[in-house]
Amino acid sequence: MLGLNKKDTSLLIVVALLTLFAPFILNPFPEGSAMAQFNAGYPDLMQRFVIFGIFAIGFNILFGLTGYLSFGHAAFLGVGSYSAVWMFKLLSYNVIPAIALSVVVAGLFSLLIGFVSLRRSGIYFSILTLAFAQMSFALAYSVLSNPKFNLTNGETGLQVYADDPQILQGANSPDLPHLFGLPMRATYTMDVGAWSFDFNAGYYLCAVIMMVVFYLAIRIFRSPFGMMLRAVKSNQQRMNYTGLNSKPYTLAAFVISGMYAGLAGGLMAAMDPLAGAERMQWTASGEVVLMTILGGTGTLIGPVLGAGFIKYFENIFSKINDNVLHSWFAFLPDGMEDAVVFLIHPFIGKGWHLTLGILFMLVVIYLPGGLVEGGQRLLKRLKRKKTDADDAPSGKTEPAE
Amino acid sequence: MAILRVKDVSKRFGGLKALTDVNLNVEENSVHAIIGPNGAGKSTLLNCLVGKLMPDTGSVLFNNNSVLGLEPFQINQMGISRVFQTPEIFGELTVMENMLIPIFAMRDGAFRMHAYETIANEREVVEQAEAMLEEMNMADKREMNAASLSRGDKRRLEIGMCLSQNPRLLLLDEPTAGMARADTNNTIDLLKQIKDERDITIAIIEHDMHVVFSLAERITVLAQGTPLVEDTPENIRGNPKVREAYLGETAA
Repeated sequence: MLGLNKKDTSLLIVVALLTLFAPFILNPFPEGSAMAQFNAGYPDLMQRFVIFGIFAIGFNILFGLTGYLSFGHAAFLGVGSYSAVWMFKLLSYNVIPAIALSVVVAGLFSLLIGFVSLRRSGIYFSILTLAFAQMSFALAYSVLSNPKFNLTNGETGLQVYADDPQILQGANSPDLPHLFGLPMRATYTMDVGAWSFDFNAGYYLCAVIMMVVFYLAIRIFRSPFGMMLRAVKSNQQRMNYTGLNSKPYTLAAFVISGMYAGLAGGLMAAMDPLAGAERMQWTASGEVVLMTILGGTGTLIGPVLGAGFIKYFENIFSKINDNVLHSWFAFLPDGMEDAVVFLIHPFIGKGWHLTLGILFMLVVIYLPGGLVEGGQRLLKRLKRKKTDADDAPSGKTEPAE
Repeated sequence: MAILRVKDVSKRFGGLKALTDVNLNVEENSVHAIIGPNGAGKSTLLNCLVGKLMPDTGSVLFNNNSVLGLEPFQINQMGISRVFQTPEIFGELTVMENMLIPIFAMRDGAFRMHAYETIANEREVVEQAEAMLEEMNMADKREMNAASLSRGDKRRLEIGMCLSQNPRLLLLDEPTAGMARADTNNTIDLLKQIKDERDITIAIIEHDMHVVFSLAERITVLAQGTPLVEDTPENIRGNPKVREAYLGETAA
């Protein structure tokens, strides 16, 4: 189907079903129950899942296929956000031109940075991209924000003001990002018994876009172009002696992944019309590296899993505070309860990065292939158990005879 | 007619004269071996032919076109394929993919953004790759990771990848270095077969005299960066200068 083989088609269908039914899947616990804090089915978080999924899918096209580790991809995300907000300011709150411009501008910007950075490979390439991203951050944070020429609005962040031109903004169209009149914040809440499910317009826009770009990523992975990118990672010397110029291949991969990042940035602004410089900081670039590695570098579904994993645990762990812990461990004797809470305290709330660090270490050491490898191992083990179970009955009957 | 002409090529590395006034003609459809003791400049010469090194003086003409100053991929596109001392293949890719890449490179040139096509739909390329694997007796290994092949199979694959591009000139850099005797003999047989069945010129740099004398039609002996003598294998065997410079007891 759609020019994909059977395995890829079923992967695409699974991803499509998961994203479409995410409001149900992510809200398994009834409202008001003790477990409700583990629910993730609210619009803001679901939007972040798919937006960072898009970011990581794109990053994986560069890092997973060519092996070039960029530490500056947040710059493209930020550029995408700024472009989108500028479209809101100048044209209208319709998200389509905003998203389109963010992709185009991020593509051009990544062409420039990629052209320079790709003159080096390995660690030097990583450092160059990091330097460029930090320069972009500095530009956005201060240099391009002065009374004469205010492109980024510095610390405050770029946002839409009442006196902005918005030349195409109709009299009746909503005063917040919308898709031809459908506001991105529009949410339909469905109550089923004790459960409550949110269906958010913004989430579904992001989800549909993610499915399209995920499909494109599969096509790239399976194309001759994708094979050449893997050849870059495997052996550049052989590639060059086989009549192939590896430079345009890596540059093309860099620009494609930059455009994915720009798309993610544009969608972020479309969900919340604000663009700040902190989106370009190196920690944001590092996060997408973590997502990709945690999920499974070079696999199709890995980056999406990694993005979801990190964003979910970021949300859950940072929500848990000492009061919650005390309620969990109330069954322990007083002194023990305090001791346990004291021990766990550094890993929750603002300290959740500590937890992420430990999880990341465990994955890198024990599952170098990321969550995808973990899943594959689990499947293998289940299959083995199943065949064992099939063999077992005959084994048992024999001695009885 | 000489397909490769090396004229007055010199190359220095700091104070070291690696090559001094090297003149060499490789005749079309011949097998030409370049031999010499360690440090004679064989590898330097080869690197000057394929664009890895730029000679200080002199010229290198392939098919009457200069190759100097070109990138390795441009020289390959002119029709020169190189086999390395340690097999250079795409280890993380399957044997089939290894074979597809050079054929795509021949068809589409140094770069093409074919990001939306599917490999399976490129019938012609796939068929050519399959035929080449068949010819190399590797069809049963097509789904294996190239890195997991044996040393001899890696070499076979690399030679097959080069041949799939139908090069005019095949350059081999010590193709049997570090190989067991059986693998060496297999490689010799393969190269003989290639020489008999194809219109191809082979230039080979080799240490192993057994390989050189089983294959070569002409031999150039390099010593201290300059050609000592060029002749047929029979005459090289009997040449006292060569014995002194290189062959020593091995020829006896």
